[in-house]
Amino acid sequence: MQRGHLAQLENEAIYVLREAAAQFEQPVLLFSGGKDSITMVHLARKAFWPARIPFPLLHVDTGHNFPETIAFRDRLAATAGAELVVRTVQASIDAGRCAEEPGPNPSRNALQTVTLLDALRELGADAALGGGRRDEEKARAKERFFSHRDRFGQWDPKNQRPELWNLFNGSRHRGEHFRVFPLSNWTELDVWQYVAREGIALPSLYFSHLRKVVERDGMILALGPGNALLPGERAMVRRVRCRTVGDVTCTGLWESAAATVDEIVREVAGARRAERGGRADDQRSEAAMEDRKKQGYF
Amino acid sequence: MTAVSPFAEMLLEEAAPPAPAASAAEPDLLRFTTAGSVDDGKSTLIGRLLYETGAIPEDQLEAVRAASRRRGEGELNLALLTDGLRAEREQNITIDVAYRYFATPRRRFIIADTPGHLQYTRNMVTGASTAELAVVLVDARKGVLTQSRRHGFLSSLLGITHVVVAVNKMDLVGWDEAVFEEIAAAYRAFAARLEVPDLVFIPVSALYGDNVVETSAHMPWYAGTTLLHHLESVNAGGQNLVDFRLPVQYVVRPHQDFRGFAGRVASGTIGPGEEVVVLPGGHASRVRSVETADGPLAEAVAGDSVLLTLEDEIDVSRGDMVVRRRNLPTVASRFDALVCWMGERPLDPSASYLLRHTTRTVGASVTEVVYRIDVDTLHREPARTLGMNDIGRLQLATARPLCFDPYARNHVTGSFVLVDPHTHATVAAGMIRGEAQEPPVPADAAPPRPVSPDVAWEGWNVPRAEREARNGHRAAVLWLTGLPGAGKSTIARALERGLFEAGCQTMLLDGDQVRHGLCGDLGFSATDRAENLRRAGEAARLFFEQGCIVLCTFVSPFAADRERVRRLLPPGRFLEVHVRASVETCVARDPKGLYARAARGELAGLTGVDAPYEAPASPELVADTEAADVESIVAAIALRLREEGILPPASGPEP
Repeated sequence: MQRGHLAQLENEAIYVLREAAAQFEQPVLLFSGGKDSITMVHLARKAFWPARIPFPLLHVDTGHNFPETIAFRDRLAATAGAELVVRTVQASIDAGRCAEEPGPNPSRNALQTVTLLDALRELGADAALGGGRRDEEKARAKERFFSHRDRFGQWDPKNQRPELWNLFNGSRHRGEHFRVFPLSNWTELDVWQYVAREGIALPSLYFSHLRKVVERDGMILALGPGNALLPGERAMVRRVRCRTVGDVTCTGLWESAAATVDEIVREVAGARRAERGGRADDQRSEAAMEDRKKQGYF
Repeated sequence: MTAVSPFAEMLLEEAAPPAPAASAAEPDLLRFTTAGSVDDGKSTLIGRLLYETGAIPEDQLEAVRAASRRRGEGELNLALLTDGLRAEREQNITIDVAYRYFATPRRRFIIADTPGHLQYTRNMVTGASTAELAVVLVDARKGVLTQSRRHGFLSSLLGITHVVVAVNKMDLVGWDEAVFEEIAAAYRAFAARLEVPDLVFIPVSALYGDNVVETSAHMPWYAGTTLLHHLESVNAGGQNLVDFRLPVQYVVRPHQDFRGFAGRVASGTIGPGEEVVVLPGGHASRVRSVETADGPLAEAVAGDSVLLTLEDEIDVSRGDMVVRRRNLPTVASRFDALVCWMGERPLDPSASYLLRHTTRTVGASVTEVVYRIDVDTLHREPARTLGMNDIGRLQLATARPLCFDPYARNHVTGSFVLVDPHTHATVAAGMIRGEAQEPPVPADAAPPRPVSPDVAWEGWNVPRAEREARNGHRAAVLWLTGLPGAGKSTIARALERGLFEAGCQTMLLDGDQVRHGLCGDLGFSATDRAENLRRAGEAARLFFEQGCIVLCTFVSPFAADRERVRRLLPPGRFLEVHVRASVETCVARDPKGLYARAARGELAGLTGVDAPYEAPASPELVADTEAADVESIVAAIALRLREEGILPPASGPEP
């Protein structure tokens, strides 16, 4: 007797979440406000029900988030009954831990790694649970469920611990931590089908809406915090939605009329572009993601 | 499938969009692994599967086209889709396990893509550990190479029962049927030495797509299915649904009144009301409910992550295992395993390791390197240690007992990894064969056992351990010795009835019985008495190997005869019970009238009257039938059986 694929993926994710809670002293759940981390919160609720989620949610706020993300985050934390810890890139800049990129509309994507590693140290976290999936990007295809990070938060893709069966090795030295990815085996379509099956609410950003945008480098970007019009650019209004949610400065929007989860499931099933294809941060070089991950990126 | 769970509504107040209309049955999931030599075209084959099932988005495809042109590798080098890491792109080989995803309307697929490069046996083992099927690539121009054989062997070692041999690059051999048939025959001959129940051969060209997704127009002689069709239709649901095992992962205790044991069902099924035992402690209880956040389940099956609540307040923590009362795993701290060494530093037989097994982590050491297997020739060779990528058979001992099943029967409870306690690295992966063999009886001490000419010992077809696992108790021989009339049969009959009714496999052999038939040709001379006991002992041993608790009631007056039976059995499995009563008492009881006949001079050589009785010097148990009644003696023996681990502790069948 075999359960359907969503049930199998859910069972596996719950197993990984429980394993993380059991093997680590101070796990935190990295919460970005995107659909994957919202799904993670949903799964964590299920994994520890009827008890509360036994670890805090950590949000690294770049200051360039969509306002909808922040509002949704606060509501979710309140209803999920989990502690929410917010650390801001602005505070890291003010403390001289990192510096803003030069030029107009600087990206804070690289800077958030500093804030993240500082926050993990401050919280004494020995595991950071993320919604990363192996189907997202080539470098992520080799991630383990329990992914070791050295004292500097760095990933060594050539020297990963082998991971066999469902036996996860979270043994570590002091100061080292793990990234834990319960959604490793999920695809974008799986997440959307699961959102539909479970009736998980998502920020309105994911659904088709009219928005003030600008076209830049072949992408449609929202105008908002951290992203102003450059000389010669023209604002326009488009019917768009997000496929992934990151900073306003780098989240490419998707022209879409999909206004419900069902319509999105159909759209994703027939999508001819990669989910992260809209992410300006991945497009800097052929190995951009791998380089950022080695330094401790999510 | 469309109902929104009440739980989901609790989670988020924001109105969720209505669930989609009910669709056809949800597709299931197949995990498979791919293996091939460096140039067999494995990356191209995977690229082909992903490409033709539409798993590659248009913009990624465009990027690969651009890279292909830049590198002068034609229009579209499908291998570039899968070679993920920069180091690989530089070396042009895959160096680690990478996971890929694609789907058809019938099935979701997870590929564990593992390298075929020489030094990466460990990655191949890693990828195969979660797979239900293996695709082994063979280059049609080169035939079955060492590496193809190695991949076949490793797949079989990891218990993969479905193997597809994809004979690739058929375009380069002129689509020649003879080439394909020759390779298939060669591989089949090799695979006959492995455990591969389902072996399929498919001629393909990953480069042009022939027989990958679309049927080839170039090979009309091939009547089989395409690779994708085979992957879609193979029945790979090989879960163990018989032996219920739940390794406790996490104890959920939101408040004083609720205690749930969270875990993923490793095998079998469970529902409310079933009798369970928590190992290794052995406390018994009953399942109150099988909870999930979406509501209680009537039945949980292998693979389900659930929360179990029990009727009784018993101490349960992470690392314990909940099992059915009548279906127990082996609980032992010495076992025998096949191990793939993965650490950079070789196995150090004097070192301590951490052993991770189910949700339990214990200290462990290797007590013996039995042999190393040459993965290319499958030869066993003597070894003192194992180096990286070596595979060998080891005996291990753990600081605390493990609850396990043989890997062949149960991949979850039969697998483990070893962790270096200093570096924390995972240094080995192991598959348990069974409990370590009891130390062999020293040759000089073993009594000579007659063997007929021209026969060879083949070993038991179904090993005793498997029978014991099914029975829920261990096998043993209880040897009741004592004067005629001391009460041996009375005790044995009451004990056997109790054991039998508690669900145990039992057999009772008594003196009168074996002398009908088996020993009907023997009299009561010292030689015949010895032969009688030899045959009875051998018979008891057969029942023992069949998993029984064998009760033997024989006067057996001579210590040497009893000792000889003891030596037929592993230590701890022969329990001598001295059933004691004075001659006067026995004469007074005289249940068979033997003493009366002896007194009348009709019977000579009756033990206790005119023949000696050598009382056991150190029996496992003494049953004094003058001081205690049958009931309390039976209870005392049952207790002893628990203490000896024959019956499961405290929880076992109650005689």
